[in-house]
Amino acid sequence: MSLVPWSKEAALRILATMCDEPGPILICLQALQAEFGYIPEDAVAFVADACNVSRADVHGVLTYYHDLRTSVPPQSSIRICVAEACQAVGSRELVTAAEGAFGTTLGAPNDLVEIESAYCFGNCALGPAAMVDHQLIGRASLEKLLAAVQGDEDK
Amino acid sequence: MSAITVFVPKDSAARSVGADRVAIAIAHEATKYGIDLTLVRNGSRGALWLEPLVEVATDRGRTAYGPVRVEDVPSLFSADFHLGGKHPLSLGLTDEITWLARQDRVTFARVGIVDPLSLADYEAHGGLAGLRRALSMAREEIISEVIDSGLRGRGGAGFPAGIKWRTVLQTTGDHKYICCNADEGDSGTFADRMLIEGDPFTLLEGMTIAAIAVGAVEGVIYVRSEYPDAIETLRQAIDIAREQGWLGKSVLGSLHVFDIRIRVGAGSYVCGEETAMLESIEGKRGVVRSKPPLPAICGLFGQPTVINNVLTLASVPAILAGGAVAYQARGVGRSTGTQVFQLAGNIARGGIVETRFGVTLDTLINDFGAGALTRRPVRAVQIGGPLGAYFSTSLFDLSMDYESLLAAGGMLGHGGVVVFDESVDMAVQAKFAMEFCALESCGKCTPCRLGSTRGAETIEKIINGLDLEGNKKLLLDLCEVMTDGSLCAMGGLTPLPVRSAMLHFAEDFGSRTGAAR
Ligand SMILES: Cc1cc2nc3c(=O)[nH]c(=O)nc-3n(C[C@H](O)[C@H](O)[C@H](O)COP(=O)(O)O)c2cc1C
Ligand code: SF4
Ligand code: FES
Repeated sequence: MSLVPWSKEAALRILATMCDEPGPILICLQALQAEFGYIPEDAVAFVADACNVSRADVHGVLTYYHDLRTSVPPQSSIRICVAEACQAVGSRELVTAAEGAFGTTLGAPNDLVEIESAYCFGNCALGPAAMVDHQLIGRASLEKLLAAVQGDEDK
Repeated sequence: MSAITVFVPKDSAARSVGADRVAIAIAHEATKYGIDLTLVRNGSRGALWLEPLVEVATDRGRTAYGPVRVEDVPSLFSADFHLGGKHPLSLGLTDEITWLARQDRVTFARVGIVDPLSLADYEAHGGLAGLRRALSMAREEIISEVIDSGLRGRGGAGFPAGIKWRTVLQTTGDHKYICCNADEGDSGTFADRMLIEGDPFTLLEGMTIAAIAVGAVEGVIYVRSEYPDAIETLRQAIDIAREQGWLGKSVLGSLHVFDIRIRVGAGSYVCGEETAMLESIEGKRGVVRSKPPLPAICGLFGQPTVINNVLTLASVPAILAGGAVAYQARGVGRSTGTQVFQLAGNIARGGIVETRFGVTLDTLINDFGAGALTRRPVRAVQIGGPLGAYFSTSLFDLSMDYESLLAAGGMLGHGGVVVFDESVDMAVQAKFAMEFCALESCGKCTPCRLGSTRGAETIEKIINGLDLEGNKKLLLDLCEVMTDGSLCAMGGLTPLPVRSAMLHFAEDFGSRTGAAR
């Protein structure tokens, strides 16, 4: 993932382009995360100022949504769907195998990867489904996950 | 355009099993042999078990090959597949593949057939006929047509679409909205995504017709963040519609003003609930609002708002183009038209099955689906997403329509059908239903927020064989409290999968417990 390092100036430039939209808080946070990969605590005050709302409002939104993160993302993110249709074709077992292979557990990233559970990518007829960075993988297996993390798409 | 046209789907499910690499390999091989071909990246035909499904246009119609892997591409060329030649992966004419030929495609009529972002292709396949007709009608007439068609909401609740529109028409407001719910959070559902990726103009047309009918000036499509390809396709489709004078200050040269923007979700299931969705579009925490007021009267930013699912809105152009009678003639009883079923989970032939209402579960799972992917006996089916009931094979003659499912203690929801083979442990599935509710609850009602956590703990005890009778009774009591004391269907319907699992698979909540597992 090519992300820009966090800077106040860059953040303010982004906020200036969207703070006049109706109901701006969530889209501002999403835009910051798209640029920097996460939303540092400092950003709460900038967003509040730009949108003319209280810090509590911004904090409330930031902590409500599963997608929004406040810590620097690891190099690779592996999201495995653990919703019903993927459970039916072994996604729970895939999570266990991935945890073993990458030496991490769900939600506890190491420097290289983070494995997270997800709830449906709309690929429920070709499960288990997983998303490695931005690449959707159908009929996912440990081999396919390893290949995707190494950027070797031909597996 | 060259004489040879090859289609390789760009649908994200097809891409997830290698469609991009197949497309590149085909282009590469064609260059090598000096064959001039046009590669169209269409949507998927919906036979996801055949993806990547490659098609070639021939004099007799499109012929299909699949599932194609990169390794198969050289041999496809040796077999002159680009001229329709025979190959071990040949499936014959696409339209004659039994799985597709047995369907009744109305909402999905163009998906997989057209180039998703070609407006010319769209119009050549009947696109914009519905909107043009609507522009020649009075508002009340459009709404009557939708009411007469019997079209009901495809997002879950099944409320008649036209009645909702009439309420918005009759309410005064200076900036009415059309909100399209593309949050599609239910596990086992992907029809909204496939329609958007494969035929986005149909959704835009449906929203435009709704806007003209109720006098709305702005549309918002709320798409979940898990669907990046759908978001990108929609962005491009909206830009094209603006450039072509369809969206904007004058809809197709008329006096109507209508434009559409996109809002992206942020990973919250409950934001698919319509009022939580409105909160989220307003940039706030996605907490459910109490009703009244109805969103039709006081919705987005306090304005009268039509909220409909993608499939509901995408069915409207066909209804306006073909007339209410033709649509209404399909289906059974009060379930009129077609339903876009989605076969998912442990199923050999999964994908989109659009048929008239009233098809049986057995037909869907055994005839279309060909049973479980693992080739083991099917044991359980969950219909209607995470809040839907689990059924056993003894109910396979069930007619798939709103009323029959309700009578059988379930619900149709968004039409997802998730299949499990005999290895499934239904107590574990029931526990997951409670855990999912705990994870996604918006937190407003105690029975939903806390009851779900207690529920999961109680099922864990049952799984471990602790005080079975006592805990089962406790669980049923808890289900009752959640059903009665929740503001929305998140807490209110989570008991549905739990209770149905206990009812139809009682053995998993008793004898198979503890060490036997
Ligand atoms: C927890 C919950 C989640 C929902 N998720 C969705 C969804 O993802 N998509 C959808 O269209 N409707 C969803 N609904 C139903 C909506 O509240 C609403 O009924 C629907 O969008 C109305 O459109 P329709 O009449 O066209 O179905 C959900 C409801 C609940 C309670
Ligand atoms: S039932 Fe649950 S999700 Fe629905 S309003 Fe109550 S707490 Fe929120
Ligand atoms: S349930 Fe896993 S992709 Fe839908």
